[in-house]
Amino acid sequence: MVVTTTTAASDEHLHCTFASRYARTSLPRFKIPDGSMPKEAAYQIVNDELMLDGNPRLNLASFVTTWMEPECDKLIMESINKNYVDMDEYPVTTELQNRCVNMIAHLFHAPVGDEETAIGVGTVGSSEAIMLAGLAFKRKWQAKRKAEGKPYDKPNIVTGANVQVCWEKFARYFEVELKEVKLREGYYVMDPAQAVEMVDENTICVAAILGSTLTGEFEDVKLLNELLTKKNKETGWDTPIHVDAASGGFIAPFLYPELEWDFRLPLVKSINVSGHKYGLVYAGVGWVVWRSKDDLPEELVFHINYLGSDQPTFTLNFSKGSCQIIAQYYQFIRLGFEGYKNIMENCMENARLLKEGITKTGRFEILSKDVGVPLVAFSLKDDSKYTVFQISESLRRFGWIVPAYTMPPNAEHIAVLRVVIREDFSHSLAERLVSDIEKVVRELDELPPRSSVKTAHVTVDDLHRGKAERPHLKKTISETERDICSYWRRISDKKTSGVC
Amino acid sequence: MVLSKTASQSDVSVHSTFASRYVRDSLPRFKMPENSIPKEAAYQIINDELMLDGNPRLNLASFVTTWMEPECDKLIMASVNKNYVDMDEYPVTTELQNRCVNMIAHLFNAPLGDGEAAVGVGTVGSSEAIMLAGLAFKRKWQNKMKALGKPCDKPNIVTGANVQVCWEKFARYFEVELKEVKLRDGYYVMDPEKAVEMVDENTICVAAILGSTLNGEFEDVKRLNDLLIEKNKETGWDTPIHVDAASGGFIAPFLYPELEWDFRLPLVKSINVSGHKYGLVYAGIGWVIWRSKEDLPEELIFHINYLGADQPTFTLNFSKGSSQVIAQYYQLIRLGYEGYRNIMENCQENAMVLKAGLERTGRFNIVSKDNGVPLVAFSLKDNSRHNEFEVSETLRRFGWIVPAYTMPPDAQHVTVLRVVIREDFSRTLAERLVLDIEKVLHELDLLPARVTEKLIGGAADPVPVEEHHPAVVKKTAIEVQREITAAWRKFVADRKTNGVC
Repeated sequence: MVVTTTTAASDEHLHCTFASRYARTSLPRFKIPDGSMPKEAAYQIVNDELMLDGNPRLNLASFVTTWMEPECDKLIMESINKNYVDMDEYPVTTELQNRCVNMIAHLFHAPVGDEETAIGVGTVGSSEAIMLAGLAFKRKWQAKRKAEGKPYDKPNIVTGANVQVCWEKFARYFEVELKEVKLREGYYVMDPAQAVEMVDENTICVAAILGSTLTGEFEDVKLLNELLTKKNKETGWDTPIHVDAASGGFIAPFLYPELEWDFRLPLVKSINVSGHKYGLVYAGVGWVVWRSKDDLPEELVFHINYLGSDQPTFTLNFSKGSCQIIAQYYQFIRLGFEGYKNIMENCMENARLLKEGITKTGRFEILSKDVGVPLVAFSLKDDSKYTVFQISESLRRFGWIVPAYTMPPNAEHIAVLRVVIREDFSHSLAERLVSDIEKVVRELDELPPRSSVKTAHVTVDDLHRGKAERPHLKKTISETERDICSYWRRISDKKTSGVC
Repeated sequence: MVLSKTASQSDVSVHSTFASRYVRDSLPRFKMPENSIPKEAAYQIINDELMLDGNPRLNLASFVTTWMEPECDKLIMASVNKNYVDMDEYPVTTELQNRCVNMIAHLFNAPLGDGEAAVGVGTVGSSEAIMLAGLAFKRKWQNKMKALGKPCDKPNIVTGANVQVCWEKFARYFEVELKEVKLRDGYYVMDPEKAVEMVDENTICVAAILGSTLNGEFEDVKRLNDLLIEKNKETGWDTPIHVDAASGGFIAPFLYPELEWDFRLPLVKSINVSGHKYGLVYAGIGWVIWRSKEDLPEELIFHINYLGADQPTFTLNFSKGSSQVIAQYYQLIRLGYEGYRNIMENCQENAMVLKAGLERTGRFNIVSKDNGVPLVAFSLKDNSRHNEFEVSETLRRFGWIVPAYTMPPDAQHVTVLRVVIREDFSRTLAERLVLDIEKVLHELDLLPARVTEKLIGGAADPVPVEEHHPAVVKKTAIEVQREITAAWRKFVADRKTNGVC
């Protein structure tokens, strides 16, 4: 008599993914599991967890591109296994990067002769681009001071308080002092006159932003250039300008070609732009372009040979994927000047539509300007009953991700909501968002006001006002419950990975 | 009478891609084109140009992964539009990153309690990881020196001369002096004794490499740790160690688990590893892990709120793709310990096959060790007639990309060829490579030797060939042509920075 044995393990390949034991066991989260699992199970598990991420296309917080044409997706997939830094092995990819650099340099009117190649590099994003540009300025300034026999241990950089965090990172990591021009209510960008005032002999450069993160405004680089030229004539310090055109670099040339902000201004020595914002490429590519060879000290460029032949490298990152570079080139030749212009015009139209819809509700003030990056930043006219943070939270329920945040000093009492209009935010989505905002506002109107106001902009007046508006002193049970809920939610929001 | 007009533009949509006018126009290379073109044309044009790139899977120069399973490719494509830095919007992706950090920290035996979260971050590669680790050391050292009232303006770091270029970048960009322990003939990694000798009170850390780029060797981190503990006891300087495990970090735990090189050694304060090397993920991901919270100064961490909620960030890059983080997590759970071990054992096996095949030709010295990263570094026993660079060039014709390079000081006279064995380099490919190398040697043997060696780079000992071939005094026309071509080629290659081969 043969004793039959059933070995469950041998039937594994027969089980459909959700019937297999992999859907039942909890995966270790902190240690690598001991055994392997079938690839279908691994795929399913990871895919299912990721379903709980936000939908990238409804993420109205981000400038970063979230949609590209299927042909481009195909190119991306085909080049996903190419390591960008292998210039010798992938010469065409390297060539495409060079072409992009040249195209962007010409777009920014770099004074490059017809046969001359532009100086620039592709980076992982504007953060890296800014660090490279800053490094170049720091090194040039140090060399100048050494030649003059002056101390060079206290470099500083002058920017507005509205800078993106990567400038603060640059300052802190590379030991440069950050001198910030404070904002004020109603004026949310760097004031050129104040900036020039703050320039001293230790200033390595003044950084202007084309397309402020907070309101999308373009800073007046031309005025900055004029004032700084005057000051340089008096002092002889020769302080240069860097333009952080992370968002605006791919907008201004198409929508506002007469606006002088780029290399047409003589003091502008380097410009960075994010390919993954209005360059219309997925996250992971930025560009920095220098005016000329003299603006990039040769000592910062490394030459290596152990991948097979001489390769110059001036980036912080070494190995990285090539797909975004190829995608950027695709966009340049696919769209051309006309295509980019059309897309930017569409974005501006949709921004205008959204702005009108929001204004029509009568509850909001618009902080963003019409000229600038296509976004709409708005704050509540009356934030005593509920704040923009609550509106942002309630909009999540509809699927929209609209961030709310406070302005930097000295305008910290202003809190705004910001909607970024990207290429894939169509007219119909704009209308839908407006109607959802109206719904949210109506909902919040019906809630009683909060009794303890603990939000990002607490003032004593708010507290007193809150109490005065409510003659009754005892709270109902549901009010108490709501208070506890919103208080608890605010605490849990401090978590860095809050699932909404 | 109606005059008929043929408007070829109106037929644009009807033309097949190669019939359309887009393949006839030359695309501007330095300026953006004025007009748009259809997406199919754009795709085709770029795709066709890219055909002339090397085949990534035959690129034996690189450690970086060139193949992943189709399921993983699917996950990558699905997440290509997620911006990694939006922690609030993509909490699951952020969670996956945290899980990877913890898994890797445990793999490296970080002294974590149960339920304690590891300190570490995902980066774009080991370059960024090393810069972050170096920054942390520099800041800690500066704080310590300031507290002691001593000058903190001349930090230095001690490494071997075999370091990858990112250490030199870190030193130059962040203004830290690089004190390199020179190599010597036969010893191509950092000597722990010499390293500890070079440590002074301005040393922010000693960097050891697990998996040297040049020959795959693992440095003796344990010995370094022991010697440095002794020195620290004498001096009281408390100099820490950083292990650059870019290649070795995903090999040693699976092939050599008893090898003590990680946080089991008390002086090791941070480790970096490339997810895109033996972590088996496509290019674009690295990891850096710190021993504990104290080893990462809080002042280096930024908190921002304008994407909607408080987000701590300590990386050099901000926006970047999420696909590689997700792919890393996929690999860690898909393969598990057993899967990684199997793959590394296969790589090791195939490296042995290749090594045996090369030894059998009798023409090569093997420079790489058996223990270490699965790669084979070899040099010609006799490179007077033809050198390694020529072998490398000739192999290109067969499709293989095998780099040849010189060792750093003080072993610059040694030139090696290096073949990296990755997951997707199977045994059949190894055997084929040996065959092709034999063919190349055969071919080169038939060519006359180079007469003027100073024209062609490589060997630093120009041996006048007349001594070996006294019979040949006059050069034939072909030889002269070849010389001129080789000299010109080298001249051009030296000037151009992206030499197309």
